[in-house]
Amino acid sequence: MALLDVKDLTISFGGVTAIADLHFEVPESQVYAVIGPNGAGKTTLFNMLSGIYKPNEGSIKFQGKEIVGRMPHQVAEMGVSRTFQNLQMFFNMSVLDNVKVGCHLRTRSPIWSAALRLPSILKEERQAQAWAREALIFCGLEAYIDQPADSLPYGVLKRVEIARALAAQPKLLLMDEPAAGLNDTETVEMRNLIRRLSETGISVLLVEHNMGLVMQVSDRILVIDYGSRLAEGLPEEIQNNPKVIEAYLGGEVQYAV
Amino acid sequence: MRRLGGFYLLAVAVAALPFIFPDNYFVTVVGVSAGLHAILAVSLNLLMGYAGQISLGHAAFFGMGAYTSAILTTRYGWNPWPTILVGLAFTGVIAYIVARPILKLKGHYLAMATLGLGIIVHIVIVQMGWLTGGPDGLGSIPTLSLFGWTVDTDLRWYAVIGTLLMLVIWLALNLIDSRSGRALRALHGSEVAAEMMGIDTAATKTGVFVLAALIASLAGSVFAHQQAFVSPGSFDFFFSIELVTMVVLGGMASTYGAVLGAIILTFLPELLVVFEDYEVMIFGAILMGMMIFLPQGLFIGFQDLLRKFTHRRAVTKKEESSHGVA
Repeated sequence: MALLDVKDLTISFGGVTAIADLHFEVPESQVYAVIGPNGAGKTTLFNMLSGIYKPNEGSIKFQGKEIVGRMPHQVAEMGVSRTFQNLQMFFNMSVLDNVKVGCHLRTRSPIWSAALRLPSILKEERQAQAWAREALIFCGLEAYIDQPADSLPYGVLKRVEIARALAAQPKLLLMDEPAAGLNDTETVEMRNLIRRLSETGISVLLVEHNMGLVMQVSDRILVIDYGSRLAEGLPEEIQNNPKVIEAYLGGEVQYAV
Repeated sequence: MRRLGGFYLLAVAVAALPFIFPDNYFVTVVGVSAGLHAILAVSLNLLMGYAGQISLGHAAFFGMGAYTSAILTTRYGWNPWPTILVGLAFTGVIAYIVARPILKLKGHYLAMATLGLGIIVHIVIVQMGWLTGGPDGLGSIPTLSLFGWTVDTDLRWYAVIGTLLMLVIWLALNLIDSRSGRALRALHGSEVAAEMMGIDTAATKTGVFVLAALIASLAGSVFAHQQAFVSPGSFDFFFSIELVTMVVLGGMASTYGAVLGAIILTFLPELLVVFEDYEVMIFGAILMGMMIFLPQGLFIGFQDLLRKFTHRRAVTKKEESSHGVA
């Protein structure tokens, strides 16, 4: 059974269909990339997968359970986490606290026991601290642990977002353009990080414009254009698919080739 | 313990003041009022400073607690203690009912909705004269007493409210530095990211709104018993604004900042009395100046200044010593 099974997914905004009849399956423990020209509907797809948008039609099954109709925090509870195209940092907190928020679902203590600082809290705090550190070290961020989030460069923050998502121990990680705005060195670091992520058994659903990165890390690729499925397959199949080349380079160039 | 260092310092200061200045008007009378304001500011700061949800109607919850205590003791002859609990229950239920629809709004719209709530409560207090005494208010509210110890002097009230203030600060500090506190701050930072980390943002907002309302209600009940008299003027729109000013002035998202803001806004008018007619103008000018030069609030602003100062001294010292070696 596929980890994520998307069927007949359709959503429209005021008469404009953003995603039409989309279907795909993400196998377990793989890096699955979704690519497509700007405005193809990739981020819209992500917002439906994480429960932010409700599709008009279709179903999204995660481990056999329906995602459609759940709130984002309920989707997170199922084991789905994500990063954002435009950073969604908690700029009012330190890097460590940002990542500790990621441990929210792995800890349980209610508000009154926190206010009274019962002994159980201290134990849980230490545990959350350890988990957060582990995630930060995995992402190569040990140097920034105690820094305030609003003082750090963009490339570092991109990785803090990943560490925060990791701290939730997700089964599926949705990454929305992790390499956007990164320089070459940072992009190589990001590539290695995505590879190491998938080695730990986490499935990654990746939206990315950097084709070099996509071809290097992905096990399978889905191409969408104008909200519809254009092609799906292994990276080398996608690279040689004439329909994909046409969508990316435009119809006329095909004759020149 | 480094986490509570400031707390112990403040506790010692609060306990020592009446011994250093015995029978001082500014300690036992203005101080008590500052203490109550500080309790309210700390509670509002949880909602506004940490969770980022503005409220221009916090005085309403203060009023609900005060009037519940006042009405039950004077009209129905209740003992003061249970009236505090009834006030908490009443305020909690009202806050819970209004929280969900109100907190769906954001920014200016939330400000307008909470403003409306404050005005409605004020109007109800004024209009329901048969119960609340209307604009004339309610008097002869009995004071608190516990096992024969009656809180009947300014100094005793100072002790009660000082203890309550420290308790509320302690709860707030604990809360902020916990899973629930991080959820609050995350809500402020990015609501969508908070949701994706598994935080039920709607429930969290409701929770902090109700908690802030409960603390305000408790302060209201204590206020009623301390003053022995309540009137609608203490719970109007202007008082809500004053509470917001305390939080902003002291520094958003800082519990000590809220306390500092409350103390300054309570003492400043008292000190400016010497300027007579110009009091309000000078008060306004001071507020404007503070916001222009220390926009992050006094507490955080001073902290930053201090850090810069000590940092610069450390750097020059290092340079001096390195020159010395060379």
